[in-house]
Amino acid sequence: MATTNNSAAQAGTATKKRGQFKETWRRLKKNRMAMIGLTVVVFLVLISIFADVLFDYDTVVIKQNTQIRLQGPSAEHWLGTDEFGRDILARLVHGSRVSLSVGVVAVSISLVLGGSLGAAAGFYGGTIDNVIMRFMDILLAVPSLLLSITIVSALGPSIINLMLAIAISSLPGYARIVRASVLTVKDQEFVEAAKCIGANNFEIILSHIIPNCMAPIIVQVSLKVASAILSTSGLSFLGLGVKAPTPEWGAMLSGGRAYLRNAPHLTIFPGIAIIITILSLNLLGDGLRDALDPKLKK
Amino acid sequence: MSRYILKRLVMLIPVLIGVTFMVYFILSLSPGDTAAIIAGEGADAQTIEAVRKDLGLDKPVIVQYGKYMWNLLHGDMGVSYSTKRPVFTTIMSSFPNTAKLAFWSILVAIAIALPIGIISATRQYSAVDNVGMVAALLGVATPNFWLGLMLIIVFSLNLGILPSGGMSGWKSYIMPAITLGTGDAALICRMTRSSMLEVIRQDYIRTARAKGVPEKTVIRKHALKNALIPVVTVIGLQFGSLLGGATLTETVFAWPGVGRLVVDSIKSKDAPMVLGCIVMLTITFSVINLIVDLLYAYIDPRIKAQYKKK
Repeated sequence: MATTNNSAAQAGTATKKRGQFKETWRRLKKNRMAMIGLTVVVFLVLISIFADVLFDYDTVVIKQNTQIRLQGPSAEHWLGTDEFGRDILARLVHGSRVSLSVGVVAVSISLVLGGSLGAAAGFYGGTIDNVIMRFMDILLAVPSLLLSITIVSALGPSIINLMLAIAISSLPGYARIVRASVLTVKDQEFVEAAKCIGANNFEIILSHIIPNCMAPIIVQVSLKVASAILSTSGLSFLGLGVKAPTPEWGAMLSGGRAYLRNAPHLTIFPGIAIIITILSLNLLGDGLRDALDPKLKK
Repeated sequence: MSRYILKRLVMLIPVLIGVTFMVYFILSLSPGDTAAIIAGEGADAQTIEAVRKDLGLDKPVIVQYGKYMWNLLHGDMGVSYSTKRPVFTTIMSSFPNTAKLAFWSILVAIAIALPIGIISATRQYSAVDNVGMVAALLGVATPNFWLGLMLIIVFSLNLGILPSGGMSGWKSYIMPAITLGTGDAALICRMTRSSMLEVIRQDYIRTARAKGVPEKTVIRKHALKNALIPVVTVIGLQFGSLLGGATLTETVFAWPGVGRLVVDSIKSKDAPMVLGCIVMLTITFSVINLIVDLLYAYIDPRIKAQYKKK
C-alpha cells in the first residue's frame, strides 16, 4: 500500500514538474527580449564549443605574425589584427571559451558551496545559522571586486584561481537566497510529512526543499553568470587573469591600451563582445524571473 | 533610535575583526619571500634575515596578526613596505580623491537617472521609455573600464579637449565621473521606473486624481515622494560601492585614489598597505550602509514609527 501511494505521489510531482517547466517555457517564449537573449546565449555557447573548428588555436589564435600587426578590419581579417599580428576575431571566438567557462564554473562553485551553507543555515537555524551567516556578513563587508583582487593576487594569477576568487566573493549572495527560500518552505506540510516517513535531514533538504525553491536560484544564476564574466574581464584587465598568450576579452582590451591612438579596434571589439554577452544574459535572466514568478511581473 | 545606531556600530566590530583576519590570512598565502622583497634586490642573506627578524616575519601568522591588531587598536596601521611611509597617512592622502570622484559620479548618475526613470514610468511604453530602458540595459552591460577607454579615444586622443588621466583641475573629473556615473545611472534608472510604476497604481494616487489635483502635482508630490524611498537606498548603496571599489576606473584614468593604491600595493606586495586600504574601505562601506538604513527610516514614516515604538 505504501509503495503504491509513494509511486502515485511521485507520478503526481512528475506531472506537476513537467507542467511547471512547460508553463515557464510558454511564458518565456512570449517575452521577445528574453528570446533574443536566449538566442544570443545559445549562439555564444555554440561558438565557444566549436571554436577549434572555426579557428585553429596554434596556427591562428596564438601564432605571432608581426608582418601584419595592428591592421584594421579587412576582408581577410574581419576585425583586424592585434599588436602581434593575430586575428582579433579568432581570438575573440576562443576568448569566449575562457569567459563562459570562468562564468559557469565560478557560478557553479559558489552555487554549490553558498547554496549548501545557506540551506544548512536555514534548515538547522540556531547556532549553525548564526555562525554561517556572520561569516557571510564578513565576506559581504568587503567590496567584491576588491576581495577577488586580493584572493587572485595571493594565489597567483591563473584561470583556476580566477574562478575560485570570483566564486568566493559571490558566496554570500547564494547563501542568503537559498537560506531565505529554505526558511519559507521548511515549515510546510510536505516537509513535515517527509520527516514523518523517516527521511533524514540530508534527503529532506536535497529532494524536498531545494526543488521547491529553484525559481529564485535559477534567476540568480543567470544574472550572476553575467556579473562573473564582467568580473573576470575586470581582473584580467588589471593583469590578474589568464596568462598570455591565452586569449581573454579583458586581457585583450588591456593589451590594446598601448595602441589606443592608432589602433583603437584592439580595444573596441573585445568590449563589444563583453557587452553583447552580458546584455543577452541579463535579458534572459530578467525574462526567466518574469516567467518563473508571474507575481513579480508588472 | 540611538540604541539601534549603537547596536549596529557595536556589531561592526566583530565584522572588522573577521575581515582583517580573513585578508591577513589570504595575504599570508602569497608566494614569494616578503623579507627578500623588502630588503631589495641583491640583498645578502644576512640582511634578509635581519629584515625578517625586525618585522617579526619569522613568527607564526597568528602572532603577526595579533601584533597587527594590537597596533591597529592604537591607531597604527604600520609602515608601507615599499615607500616606508606610514600606511595611515598615505591612505588619508588618497581617500579624499576617491571621495571627490564618488561624489561627482553619483551626482552624474542621479542627474541622468531620475528624470529618465520618472518619464519612463509616467509614459510607460512610449518612445522615451523604450529608448531609456534600452540605454539602461546597455549601461548595466558595459564594463566601465571599457567605457572609460572609449571616452579617452574620443575626447583625449581625437578631439584633444579633455586630459586622459591624472587629477588636475575640473576637466580631469569629467570623464571618470561620467564613466562611473553612467553605470550607476542605469541601475538607479531601472529602480526609479519600477518603483514609480508601482506607486502610480496605488489607490491614493487615484484618489488624488479624482479629487482634481493637477497631474503634475500628483506625480511630484504624491507619487514621487513615495516612489523615491527605495531609490534612495539604491543611491546610497551605489555611493558606498563607489567609495569602496572604483578600482578599475581609477586605474584607467590614473586617478590617485584608494582603488588604484590597492592595485599598486598588491602588485608591489605591500601587505600593510593592502590591509590598511581594505580595513579603511570596509569601514567606509559598512558605515555608508548603516547611514542608508537610518536614512531609510528617516524618510519612511512607517519605519520611523516602528523605531519609536521600541
